[in-house]
Amino acid sequence: MKNLLKQTGAGLRVLLVLTVIIGVLYPTAVWAVSRLPGLRANAEAVDTTLVAVPRDGDRWFQPRPSAATLPASGGSNKSEVNADYDTVVAERRAAVAQREGVSPDRVPQDAVTASASGLDPHISDAYAQLQVPRVARANGLSENAVRALVAEHTEGRGLGILGDPGVNVTALNRVLDAAR
Amino acid sequence: MSGTVAGLLQVALLFLALGLVYRPLGDYMARVYSDTRHNRVERAVYRLVRVDPDSEQRWSTYAFGVLGFSFAGIALLYLLQRIQSILPFDFGRGDVQPGMAFNTATSFVTNTNWQSYVPETVMGHTVQLVGLTVQNFVSAATGLAVALALVRGFVRARTDRLGNFWVDLTRGTVRILLPVAFLFAILLIVTGVVMSFKSGVDVDGSTVATAPVASQEAIKELGTNGGGVLNANSAHPFENPSGWSNLVEIFLIAVIPVCLTRSFGTLVGNRKQGYVLLGVMGTLWTAMLAVIWVAEAHGLRPLEGKELRFGIPSTALFADATTGTSTGAVNAMHDSFTGLGGGGALLNMLFGEMTPGGVGTGLYSILVMAVIAMFLAGLMVGRTPEYLGKKLGRREVTCAAISILAMPAVVLIGAGITAVLPGTPGALNNPGAHGLSEILYAFASASNNNGSAFAGITVASDWFQASLGVCMLLGRFVPIVAALCLAGALAEQRKVPVTAGTLPTTGPLFASLLGGSVVLVAALTFVPALALGPIAEALQ
Repeated sequence: MKNLLKQTGAGLRVLLVLTVIIGVLYPTAVWAVSRLPGLRANAEAVDTTLVAVPRDGDRWFQPRPSAATLPASGGSNKSEVNADYDTVVAERRAAVAQREGVSPDRVPQDAVTASASGLDPHISDAYAQLQVPRVARANGLSENAVRALVAEHTEGRGLGILGDPGVNVTALNRVLDAAR
Repeated sequence: MSGTVAGLLQVALLFLALGLVYRPLGDYMARVYSDTRHNRVERAVYRLVRVDPDSEQRWSTYAFGVLGFSFAGIALLYLLQRIQSILPFDFGRGDVQPGMAFNTATSFVTNTNWQSYVPETVMGHTVQLVGLTVQNFVSAATGLAVALALVRGFVRARTDRLGNFWVDLTRGTVRILLPVAFLFAILLIVTGVVMSFKSGVDVDGSTVATAPVASQEAIKELGTNGGGVLNANSAHPFENPSGWSNLVEIFLIAVIPVCLTRSFGTLVGNRKQGYVLLGVMGTLWTAMLAVIWVAEAHGLRPLEGKELRFGIPSTALFADATTGTSTGAVNAMHDSFTGLGGGGALLNMLFGEMTPGGVGTGLYSILVMAVIAMFLAGLMVGRTPEYLGKKLGRREVTCAAISILAMPAVVLIGAGITAVLPGTPGALNNPGAHGLSEILYAFASASNNNGSAFAGITVASDWFQASLGVCMLLGRFVPIVAALCLAGALAEQRKVPVTAGTLPTTGPLFASLLGGSVVLVAALTFVPALALGPIAEALQ
């Protein structure tokens, strides 16, 4: 017992010294490097297109459903065997179908499922194409022009193999903002 | 290119990257722990804290060092959370409630990083950096130290000394974790990870929380900790913005547990002893990857709880990496996985976190399992078992058995009591078999010091905060003390010479025996529980 107390005392002293090194100096050093010109925009998420939030109105492409409560992030954590959640998904499907004026079976999966972060900036190409006619109409643009924008903001896999492709909704909507 | 082919190429790239650093990092870590000199920073630390770095400890003193250091860590981290309102960068989030502060303190000190809190609304930047980040480093360094002490038990003969815990702890932190974490923190910022002291950033009229993520993200993965700086963890685009960052994070998760098998082989003087452990770890890990990947690709709602930029393959790879290493970071919500996919993640933890397991913890866990495997083999042929030139007698096998059985006992008792408590159904997020899986997953995660969750379960009640906290403590420290006791017993022995009757431990026979033991122990203890949870769900 005496030995344990002695070791706890030593432990506390070691912890305090290490806290200065790795709890203060280390993050400060990382932060200092992050002030470099090429890195600062990333570090401060300046004009970030990494996250998407829903924007009201027909002029915008809509991101995936979100279970997050801003400013926090999070998913629905609903399992696939959950009748209550089946109803929620069906309601989302009907709502998207009505908004885009298509039949419910044309609504893709990412349009009705909540992402893990609730901030997923990407939608599938299918969901983007589904929204093109509405967005084009509301912005007074031709569908072809909007489709070109969608293609321009489709992000592929890193190195051709890392992750999955998707259309960045936030980047796309910013272009629509600027076009006005 | 199809997603499956891209995914397979990504796995190949991961293996290639790990293969490239396997020798240099493995050998470097072996040198760090056998070096007789102390560098300048280390000497300053030892002088400040008044410990003699050249005096070695018996196993019991080493264990008291681990326990004392961890208790001090829990006390300090609890205190920091309780006085958060007077610390800078708390953004009015206030003092953390006692139950939650206890749970979080035990969680980060035990390398679990189970999170019963929502970081964006509960944890300010100061506690994240000065409290949580520090434990991300030192809890990993503690795991490394215990692994090294056990290795010394095999290597040394006729001594009662296992090394000095303070030296091992400081070296692991300063020479291994700190430089690698610093480099990768910068690399993560290059990929887009944020490093901001603001509380939030405006995105098209809404506020999204930010934090100094990058410095913690790097060590969170490298130390197989897994506690998210933000609630969605590595699914949050600010923590894991792209396919690139995703692979970097998976690499960080795996790199030390994998390369430590090389350090082990180097230290015991026979590299093949390390390769065989890596072979067993890698085989089971790859098998579980296949299970999770195929299951998720055939789900009813495969994109629920997943990020589109990762898709199925990169999500399955991350899930397998994080549950096979006791990390617990997630890039998708495991609660929304299929019965089989979520069950695969669960089973990965229930293997006892040794395929390849956490930083240090994976190595000492599989070495303890090797003792069990050789004991079983010895029973079959009627000889006193040996491993690495040491006889496995009564004390050795008793220590190993306690170390291995602690986790299943804690998981099953904890989950069993919780399942019958009247308040439990209200805490679950999903009905039926999946609800039971949520309970089982929580206790498996806590007791194996993993930290991932079927996160729909509400764990804010005093029962969950306390019981999961106790599971984390028992799941961490019972195996550690038993492993150190085993190390002490081994170090005292003389080396027995290899004879014609010695079972070689570098070939496929031993590998099958060891892998079989991992699977057998998990199967014997958990099949009934798994049948009621994930297996029942998968059959629906």
